[in-house]
Amino acid sequence: MDRISLVISTLCFLLGFAYTMYALGARVYRGSPLNFCAMVAGFGFQTVWLYQRGQMVGRCPLGSLFDLLVFLAWSVTLLYLLTGTTYRLSLLGALTSPLVFLLQGAALLMETPVAVKSGTPVKPWLELHAAVSVVAYGAFALASIAGGMMLFQERQLKTRRLHSFFFHLPPIQELAAANRRLIYVGFSLLSVGLLAGVLNGVAHVGLLRIVSAGVWLLYAFLCLALRNSTISPHRVSWLAIGAFLILLLTVWTVEIVARG
Amino acid sequence: MEILCLGLNHRTAPVELRERFAIADHEVGVFANELGRQEGLGEGVVICTCNRVEFYAASQNAEAGFAAMERFLQGRGMDVSGDAFFRYRGKEGIRHLFRVVSGLDSMVLGETEILGQVKKAYQAAQEGKATARHLNKLFQRAFNVAKEVRTNTNITRGSVSVGSAAVELAEQIFGKLARCTVMILGAGEMSELTAGALHARGVKSIFVANRSYERAQSLAERMSGKAVHFEQWPSEFSDVDILIGSTSAPHHVLTHSQLAPIMAQRPARPLFCIDLAVPRDIDPEVNRIDGVYLYDIDSLQAIADQSLEVRRQELGVCEAMIAGHVEDFARWLLTSGTPRDRDEGGAGELRSVRGGI
Repeated sequence: MDRISLVISTLCFLLGFAYTMYALGARVYRGSPLNFCAMVAGFGFQTVWLYQRGQMVGRCPLGSLFDLLVFLAWSVTLLYLLTGTTYRLSLLGALTSPLVFLLQGAALLMETPVAVKSGTPVKPWLELHAAVSVVAYGAFALASIAGGMMLFQERQLKTRRLHSFFFHLPPIQELAAANRRLIYVGFSLLSVGLLAGVLNGVAHVGLLRIVSAGVWLLYAFLCLALRNSTISPHRVSWLAIGAFLILLLTVWTVEIVARG
Repeated sequence: MEILCLGLNHRTAPVELRERFAIADHEVGVFANELGRQEGLGEGVVICTCNRVEFYAASQNAEAGFAAMERFLQGRGMDVSGDAFFRYRGKEGIRHLFRVVSGLDSMVLGETEILGQVKKAYQAAQEGKATARHLNKLFQRAFNVAKEVRTNTNITRGSVSVGSAAVELAEQIFGKLARCTVMILGAGEMSELTAGALHARGVKSIFVANRSYERAQSLAERMSGKAVHFEQWPSEFSDVDILIGSTSAPHHVLTHSQLAPIMAQRPARPLFCIDLAVPRDIDPEVNRIDGVYLYDIDSLQAIADQSLEVRRQELGVCEAMIAGHVEDFARWLLTSGTPRDRDEGGAGELRSVRGGI
């Protein structure tokens, strides 16, 4: 399959990434339409690629690590574009492009798996389960970025060594709120995805079931702690990053399951 | 056609001299009009702030123009023959105005108040029918240059005073301060200045605790806040977001062991402690508590100094930007028309300036 639209999309994210790095290095970072336009263009090409891929495999393209990485990158971009102007124009938005670039860049390093149209009929619950779960992963990815920025900013404040782009970061309380919202959104989507999986009878996939339940429990604990205000934004940030790293490991699980 | 500038500022004259040349706001327009009507001059603008008094005019002949300006000012009882007065002509005059409006010639490098002051001076001159083609174009260009310099460089970046650095940090922690409660311990001058800056940003409420309750009441009234007896401040503390310490106590007023249990009750709510007292009011160990950010007078001063340094580093970039505009404007001047075609362009530009003030 021709990878041109995926390559162009990745280049768009690279452009956004490069601009962010340049602007931060030159200490002139301001919410720029360039980064936003690069993200919109990248999203457009991503969507084209996923549509073509979906047509070829006859279902939501999530059957391999390659597909999963591209779909995850698409989910992160979608959430980035949906989260709102304030978020988009802040550094939090600008730092999304590197993550998307890395996810898609990793996919491009792999061979494109041969698209084989499945003979079995499409199961809507299964499609919903897979797609919504990956979009939830996108929300968790953004939560981990917000958490990372919150920890960076907190460290600067605590040590009183303020880097030049410190004042471009969103306020700590806004980052904490964004982190909280993204975890809630991600958890809701993940719950819907798992429910759809149960309804479809995905329960037969043993390893995936255990990993998914583990991830769900981890975020359920986080949501509960957030709801009861018993945890500081500092700890929430660490947990958001840690949970996302664990979650990335589950992506490998999918690959193992797919090969199995 | 040449642009002339005659004036004095905080670099060339002490305040005792500057105040002798001050012109009242309501007289500036008429003054500019009379200046522009002098023989050998066409158009005039007068900028008068606490740091500078500057007269701008357009003239076909610089020597004759300056002589006319001096005669006019002499007639107004202003002796401009001393060393304190500078005279700029041509590109020098243009460059000087561009630097002034961009904040490069200000006492606090990069301050932005000057732009509003120059806009007001220009508006007064417009209303006094003192400007025409050349000064209209010059000042319009100056405002554009100032905008470009501010937008594309870090010349206005950061806070250069202890009070504004504290406010900036508070905004970096809480975002909008409208939901924040401030507590002041000790009604000193520094705490009043800092609290005043926070009050100006619209904090929700201010508590003032002082050993002398009358003094606490007095400050609380000025800040639209509430005075509390000094012994009672811990009971009001649980709801506080920003604490300003400025007492003369010889020991720590707030310690780690006092604050840790309070913060444990509110883990999702940060506390910004500003310790302006010497000796310090707040135990430095509180900075180790999750969600507590402690800044003393030295660390705030260091941030202010750092911001000023960043601004200084930007000077070269700003000067280069301005130089390009000076050349461009000087080229336009060479091809421009007669000195006193006042009807051209004035009304539209006045509207535009009014919109900008």
